[in-house]
Amino acid sequence: MNNSLILIIVSGALINNVLLSRFWGVCSFLGVSKQMKASASLGVAVIFVMTIASAVASLLNDYVLKPFGLEFMQTIVFILVIAALVQIVEMFLKKTSPAIYKALGIYLPLITTNCAVLGIAQLNAMSGYNFIESVVSGFSSAVGYTLAIVLLAGIRTRIREEDLPAPLRGAPIVLISAALMSIAFIGFSKLSF
Amino acid sequence: MNKYMERLYNGLIKENPTMVLMLGMCPTLAVSTAAINGVSMGLSTTAVLVFSNLIISVLRKRIPNEVRLPAYIVIVASLVTVTQLIIKAYLPTVDKALGQFIPLIVVNCIILGRAEAYANKHEPGLAMMDGVGMGLGFTIALTLAGSLREILGKGTLFGMQVLPESVSPAAIFSLPPGAYLVIALFIIIMNAIGIKTRQRQLVENDGCNGNCAACTMSCDERKEEAK
Repeated sequence: MNNSLILIIVSGALINNVLLSRFWGVCSFLGVSKQMKASASLGVAVIFVMTIASAVASLLNDYVLKPFGLEFMQTIVFILVIAALVQIVEMFLKKTSPAIYKALGIYLPLITTNCAVLGIAQLNAMSGYNFIESVVSGFSSAVGYTLAIVLLAGIRTRIREEDLPAPLRGAPIVLISAALMSIAFIGFSKLSF
Repeated sequence: MNKYMERLYNGLIKENPTMVLMLGMCPTLAVSTAAINGVSMGLSTTAVLVFSNLIISVLRKRIPNEVRLPAYIVIVASLVTVTQLIIKAYLPTVDKALGQFIPLIVVNCIILGRAEAYANKHEPGLAMMDGVGMGLGFTIALTLAGSLREILGKGTLFGMQVLPESVSPAAIFSLPPGAYLVIALFIIIMNAIGIKTRQRQLVENDGCNGNCAACTMSCDERKEEAK
């Protein structure tokens, strides 16, 4: 493994965390993090879909869009690929491993409208990553997503027990917790190789 | 008030997509680093929203119900691509600041949400007006968040110095955590002066009302949250 791959991993998972620094997929971050189990399941589903989506998007971009000079079609192609992919993954899991399907079931369709998946596919294309780099970038960003959402879910289980001032209850305290997490993650930007 | 003006009022105030419905949080958090970014992103989204509402409303009797979501996504994605190319060609500074976020307009829940909730049930004129109202409501919310972050984080507004030089700005508001803090602040103020977000009103009044499609919270969770 060379240096640039390590850089992509650290940058994707920690420094430019999709949720805490890029703000892609924040709807699910705030909505689903209510329960620890749901957050972990969504995290796994995102890792699954984002890795495959990055791979497929990278192949399409390198072997179909670029040779024909159709890069401006990226947005349309990527979103359709992601939507189709989510459907295929869902059907495949339903047939082959009902246990996983049951665990991830309701979260899979939601991933289509998760901007993190589209965002990472676009980012890979924009940064000119090759196939391996794209897959690594998709996987590590998804790991970063999972890390952040599971951490926030943990914080929220604690918050639920606390007696908060009325205006802070609900969304505001979650946003403030996310802000504090984000401050902690800024620390990673000082990492150097 | 005629029904066209009513749409405008509805989007700007009554059901403001960001402040009241709490849709489209990703772009709100991401591009609100400066007031001018808020304006640019808001207007780009408005352009896409107006035309997607128009096209979907015109085609509402032609698109089969079963495949409506993929059809909407293709329409919206095409419009976003057009917007992206126009911005690249004529507004390079905007392209530089917002670059990566323009393609993500496709997955902005406001656009698919309005298509589902309004445009596919109403005539083209009204649907367009709904797009204008919702788009401007979104633009105003983004600009407000952007202004607050710019003033607190850099001491400037639209690039002009507004805080005295002796006051050192809190850089944290320009960084990612500031986005979460400013939105939290808005909601705290709204809670404190007693404006309930529409989302909560809906859940309290009539259960979920089938409006859960646009966001990721399931109905049960929303009911729980409303308590």
